[in-house]
Amino acid sequence: MAQAHAPQFKNPVVKWIDSRLPIFTMLDHEYNQYPMPRNVNYLWAFGAIAGIMLVIMIATGLVLAMQYAAHTTIAFDSVERIMRDVNYGWLLRYVHANGASMFFIAVYIHMFRGLYYGSYKAPREILWILGVLILLAMMATAFMGYVLPWGQMSFWGATVITNLFSAFPLVGDPIVTWLWGGFSVDNPTLNRFFALHFLLPFVLLGLVILHTAALHVSGSNNPLGIDAKGPQDTVPFNPYVTIKDGFAVVVFLIFYAAFVFFAPNYLGHPDNYIPANPLVTPAHIVPEWYFLPFYAILRAIPDKLGGVLAMFGAIAVLAALPWLDTSKVRSCKFRPIYRQFFWILAIDALVLGYAGAMPAEGVWLLVARIGTAYYFFHFLILLPLLGKLERPLPLPASICEPVLKGGGRVAAGAHAKPMEKA
Amino acid sequence: MRSLKSAILSAAFALGLAGAAQASEAVHIPKQEWSHSGVFGTIDKASAQRGFQIYKEVCSTCHSAKLVPIRTLAGIGFNEDELKAIAAGYEVQAGPNDAGEMFMRPGIPADRFPSPFPNDNAARAANNGALPPDLSLMAKARVGGEDYLYAFLTGFEENPPEGVTLMPGMNYNKYFPGHQVGMPNILMPDGVTYADGTPATVQQQAHDISTFLTFIAEPHMDARKQMGVKVILFLIVLAGLMYATKRKLWSTLH
Repeated sequence: MAQAHAPQFKNPVVKWIDSRLPIFTMLDHEYNQYPMPRNVNYLWAFGAIAGIMLVIMIATGLVLAMQYAAHTTIAFDSVERIMRDVNYGWLLRYVHANGASMFFIAVYIHMFRGLYYGSYKAPREILWILGVLILLAMMATAFMGYVLPWGQMSFWGATVITNLFSAFPLVGDPIVTWLWGGFSVDNPTLNRFFALHFLLPFVLLGLVILHTAALHVSGSNNPLGIDAKGPQDTVPFNPYVTIKDGFAVVVFLIFYAAFVFFAPNYLGHPDNYIPANPLVTPAHIVPEWYFLPFYAILRAIPDKLGGVLAMFGAIAVLAALPWLDTSKVRSCKFRPIYRQFFWILAIDALVLGYAGAMPAEGVWLLVARIGTAYYFFHFLILLPLLGKLERPLPLPASICEPVLKGGGRVAAGAHAKPMEKA
Repeated sequence: MRSLKSAILSAAFALGLAGAAQASEAVHIPKQEWSHSGVFGTIDKASAQRGFQIYKEVCSTCHSAKLVPIRTLAGIGFNEDELKAIAAGYEVQAGPNDAGEMFMRPGIPADRFPSPFPNDNAARAANNGALPPDLSLMAKARVGGEDYLYAFLTGFEENPPEGVTLMPGMNYNKYFPGHQVGMPNILMPDGVTYADGTPATVQQQAHDISTFLTFIAEPHMDARKQMGVKVILFLIVLAGLMYATKRKLWSTLH
């Protein structure tokens, strides 16, 4: 990816600093000249969108933390104080609470884009694994954040999830006591969850920086899944991709704002507006929507330890994906059979999510079990075999070949169009 | 691409729906007409004021609304003098004074609505063991929101259906989960005399109190929606400008 040349800075201060600490040269290389395959479609904007969401979450979270009180006796009331008495506190809280959902939407689309176009394959394995770690850090952060308002779902969600660790033989119960800081979910738990909820986003930020650094070594993948062969295949990140990503971010913000302003509690659960009560268990304990597929996997296994291992395994299997997928061809465009199975997996994830929201009994338990079995079948059996059995379609010689010659409808301003139809 | 995006977005919606629907135990809660529903809907202040009257005269004999400052009522059209008068109608505990004693004083608008019982145990003792829940967030704390509140308040039946035996002191309600509720049917035709002369049917009272509870659960709802309209209009214009810029810029590529 070396079409970059050393930038010349006119500003003497910038020049002085840069010759001692080349931070401006670095920024110029990574965010100005960084060559982006010219055929990337709008699905590639979800990385930028997820990044913006992280910034929004940290910014709103910081201000909320200044008003929030992490003690079981006043946590619930302090959140209501933010909603009622703090200037625009309702806005901050709804932006933050819905922001978690938006962050997950962006990241899930980002991940499915990676699955579709084979973005996890060599040489991007570490990039992908960092992404899986980001997902784990996000899940931990979101879970602990949901506990902070100290409503009924906060309390009972925390009880259910921390109890999962008791499934491990011998060490299980001591781990749970250690996590709780006592013998049930109580004030020490809330206190440490608040501390960790504040810390983890910065761990997340560090992982995101590594994720970006790894990305900029190998360069971005693209819908064709073939490597860029030279400057004719790429565009400089700025201004071409900044404006394209910027447009996508604004469209995403419209979707986000619709929730914040017109349906701020739609993605939440009414029970969390009831103060936590250790003596009253809600009829159904459901996690936030973004955990539902994993919750379905957890409950699908009739054994507690098995369920916990399956749930964590569902994420661990993603980290092993670069080696489970034996096909050398990245993009689904040239893998007609895998493409079908990709969509089946996407539907499977949605079905699991739906089953996770339903009571774990009768037909929904069966659906969750079939969905879970299929999920692991896809990654552990189908992908290794498919890479050997499938005959991929012929790959184009370069990115610019189909962009400039293919399809015959290359009007000015439509260069990226043929790629966007996938 | 579009199909993938919409599939995932609609999944997010479906999951949200599922999460909301699963706790409703298959009892259908009829939808009501609310002036505050929809993007441009605002709280019906006259209705909320009538609802406040019911809260004051009926609900608050058992239920607290302890998270709500009295000054919040400015949002449904009470002016400063009226707020002071409303607040002065309550006795609130203050102190300790120089002698270390707690004492009672007339309320001020900055006070929160005083609770009818000193604590939950006292409330249970006075209510046959049942705890009347706090009403501050009631409209957001039940599946179905204000529609559920209306359904609940109009859903009492004097005689339970055949085969249902009520436990002592319990009342039958069509919409309450489990149908047996400690709260009696409290809204009677003309049970209150509205200051503005509106006929006080049970339906009217249920509608008004549900509007009031929606307001105190979310006092900034009108401001939120009005800001939302502006924010989204701004973002649409910004998106249009950015898209035009993007098209122009990419058209120079060869």
